[in-house]
Parts: sequence; C-alpha cells; structure tokens
Amino acid sequence: MTPPALALAGVACTFASRDDASQRYTAVSEVTLTVDAGEFVAVVGPTGCGKSTLLNVAAGLLAPSAGTVQVFGEPLTGINRRAGYMFQADSLMPWRTAQENVMAGFEFRGVPLPDARRQADDWLKRVGLGGFGNRYPHQLSGGMRKRTSLAQTLVLDPDIILMDEPFSALDIQTRQLMENEVLALWAAKKKAVLFITHDLDEAIAMSDSVIVMSAGPASRPIGAFTVDLPRPRDVAEIKTSPRFVELHAAIWAVMRDEVLKGYAQQLQAAST
Amino acid sequence: MKRAPNNTRAIRLWQAALLVGVFLFWHVMTKPGLLPPVFFDNDRQAAFFFGEPLKIAARIWVWFVTNADIYRHLAVTLTETLLAFGIGSALGLATGLWLALSPTASAILEPYITALNSMPRIILAPIFAVWFGLGMASKVALGVTLVFFIVFFNVYQGVKEVSPVVLANARMLGANPKQLLRHVYLPSAMSWVFSSLHTSVGLAFVGAVVGEYLGSSQGVGYLILQAEGSFDINTVMAGILVLTGFALLLDMAVGRIERRLMKWQPRTSETEKL
Repeated sequence: MTPPALALAGVACTFASRDDASQRYTAVSEVTLTVDAGEFVAVVGPTGCGKSTLLNVAAGLLAPSAGTVQVFGEPLTGINRRAGYMFQADSLMPWRTAQENVMAGFEFRGVPLPDARRQADDWLKRVGLGGFGNRYPHQLSGGMRKRTSLAQTLVLDPDIILMDEPFSALDIQTRQLMENEVLALWAAKKKAVLFITHDLDEAIAMSDSVIVMSAGPASRPIGAFTVDLPRPRDVAEIKTSPRFVELHAAIWAVMRDEVLKGYAQQLQAAST
Repeated sequence: MKRAPNNTRAIRLWQAALLVGVFLFWHVMTKPGLLPPVFFDNDRQAAFFFGEPLKIAARIWVWFVTNADIYRHLAVTLTETLLAFGIGSALGLATGLWLALSPTASAILEPYITALNSMPRIILAPIFAVWFGLGMASKVALGVTLVFFIVFFNVYQGVKEVSPVVLANARMLGANPKQLLRHVYLPSAMSWVFSSLHTSVGLAFVGAVVGEYLGSSQGVGYLILQAEGSFDINTVMAGILVLTGFALLLDMAVGRIERRLMKWQPRTSETEKL
C-alpha cells in the first residue's frame, strides 16, 4: 500500500504570548488526518478554529508543538517541497507582473527563463488570463489575482495542493466559476488536495471527504464524512441533488453546535 | 491625475503671473530713485540689502551666456550631489537590510542609530573639511551623512513591512534565503527608498552646497561665498536663484525616474477621459 500524500498524527499547536510567556493559546490539538494521493479533502469548522494553523503545519511553515507530519511516508522537516499553497489573502508579489509571478517558482528553482516563461504563459491561458501576463497585481481584479495565484501554485505541478479559503473574498458567481475550474484542473491531474473552508456547501460540492473541526481553542476533528457524489460535478447544480442535501443535513448537525459554541466564545471574548 | 486642459492652462497662467508679480514688487521696492525711501536713510540702501532683479538677471546672463563660466561650478555641485546620493543610498540600503534582517544587531545598535540621527549633522562639515580637505570629498561626506539616514530608515521600514503572506508564498514557491532577499525584501525596500527619493536627493544637494559654502574653491556654494565676502548682494541672489532652479530640475528628473521604476505601484486614479 502506498503511503498517504499527507498524514498528520496527534498534531498540536500551542502559541505562547510574546509579552507574557504564561499566556498560552492552544489553537489545535490531537489532530490526526490523512490525505491520500489524488484525494480531495475539505476541512470545515467555525471561525477561529485553527484551520489555517493546520494548513501552515502541513505546508511546513509552522512546526507543530506536538505530533508528527508525514509527506508520502517521509517525516516533514522545514518547508514542504512537494506542496503548493494557495493563501487566503493576496499573496502575489506586487512588483512582479502576472507572468513574472507565475514563473517565480521556476525562477527560484533555476529553470531557464524562456522555458519558465513559456509554461507561465501556458498556465495563464488555462486560468483564462491569456492577455493579462504583463499586468501588475494592482491592475487585476480580485478574481483575476486569485486565478494568477492558482496558476502560480499549479504551474509547479505540486503533488499536494493546500488551499486556505482561496475563494472566500470573491463574489458568488466568480466563486462558482473558480470552484468549477479548480475541480476540472484537479480531475485532470488527480493531486492530493487539502482544502480549508468555512463554507459547508463549498466543502461538500468539491471534496471526496469532509472533516469537521470543533470550535477553538484546542480544536480537533470531530467528524469525518465521505462525499459519495458522482463526478464530474458542477458546484452550482450539485447543490440541488438529494444526496447533497442529505449530506449537508448530516454534517450540519455535527457542525451546528460547534458554530454556536464558537460564536458564544467570541461574544464572551468581546464582552470581557 | 488628469484635469481638463483649460484648467491646467489657467493654473499655469496664475503661477507665471505670481512669479512676475513677485519680481515686479521686488524691482519696484529696490530700484534706487523709484520710490522715496521709507524704511531706509537713503534710496540706495534697499538695493544694497535686497539686490535688484535686473542686475541679478544680468549676472545670471553673464554666468550662463557671456562668460559661460558657471557650468564648471554647476558640474562640481552636481557631481557632489550625485556622489553623495549614490554612496549614501548604497550604505543606507546595505545597513537597512542588514539591521532589519538581524534582530540582534539591530537591538545592539538601536540607541546609536537614534543618537547619530538626532545629531545635527551639518555641524560635521568643518570636521569633514579637516579630514577630507577642501575638495569634493568633504562635501560628498556631508551629503552622505544626510542621505544615509533617510534611506536607512526607509529600507528598515520597508523590510519590516513586507507582507508575511507574500513572504510565506515565496518560501512555498521554493525561494531560498538569498532569493528571498533579492526577490522579496529588496523590491519591497526599494519601493520605500523611491518614495523617499525626493527627500534624499534634496538633502544630497543641501549637503553639497552647504559644504561648498563653508569652504571650497569651486561649486555654486563657493560663488555665493565669494560674493558675500565682497557684499555683492546681486551675485548672492543670483546664486540662490540658480541653485533653486537647479534643485527644481533635479526634482523633476527624480520624479521621472520614480514614475518609470515604480510602475507596479497603484496610483489613486488611473482612469482616462475618452
């Protein structure tokens, strides 16, 4: 049996406050999850449940306080070289054009520039930005910037794709377009995907399995659901299928209490 | 930003009128025999203290056209300015990057940097004259001390304010520490350096002129110093006007370079009327 693309075992992350070392905050604890090669896994949870922390651990940007991370059976040290990461916030280098941003990864790896440029142009075309290669990020709309980020991540052909609420800042139409595009690209390459979102609809529509996180602090997975909807899917149409509604109800039943808990905690934090 | 063209023309017209008005006022107030003296004992004193625009213009004409002897001095001042700017910027950039990326060094040196920056560095000019002689070097040194801190603080700030997401993204794309410096920290710091370009070029110019003024054998500051020695107010004023004009040209050149290099930065409005 081949080892999973990504395996987190007993991962915990505790942050000590910079000003006062006795002030600690445990974002996640006891997280065990695996993403098989070619599997699309979505993680959902209430706001502030440490979903992004989890992704940073998988990316190797953050060392866990406890637990282990394995990438294709190898323990992870430093940056996860086999992963591409699509961030929630704007992550393009503003001083580079779209094309230069997409080819940055090749440049860092020492790929000859003409070759890198050709592949970058190819990917810009694939995400529908064929004529926009020489635009700077501030000259692109939010959706175009996300597409550029997508091209920037996927052009390197990573074996694992980490996505942190990549479309949360987009309007609903652009978002559905992007979701379908990502699904089509994923279907063609069958990479392992760990997709973080707070949107349950998005999670079910896109993924093979949905993991629900509890409310923070010390949040952990409290439920895993296999999404047995047929592929290829259209994220807008699938939301009306009976199986989708069933799954949604089942997952929401688990998630609802956590969302309420998370909300109550935020209210409490705001009032103290 | 684009205004309607006739509006721009009106503004230019007003600006020119203001300039002419100021010189006219100056002329009327200082021309001997034109107005009866009010503040002075005799009607030659106003001209003695404030100079006469016509004689100043004649002086400038002699400098630039008849004798054509100011170009040598302008070249000296310009060379000093550019050298001071270049060296000061390079030192500021290197130090800024180093201290911003090395928390220990920055923690140790922080009070010294603050102290050096608070020091009125113009008073160093006589010391530099002793160290580097009365030639260009002492003027360049003075300009460097002025430019260095502007660039240094901007680079420091620029590196500190690199977006953590952009940084993390570059690392995920495979950038090693050297590539991070070259492709992330440096461009980010440069944007801050360029935003302070007007100030730092201006200060390099101030350093050069003040240095010349305090002791030299060439340069526009030297011309002013010479004229002051013989109470030739018209030449002093002419020198000041030439310096001002020159500083304006320098500033325009900087603006042009800035626009070319910073085209990736968003401007407030980029729409155009069709």
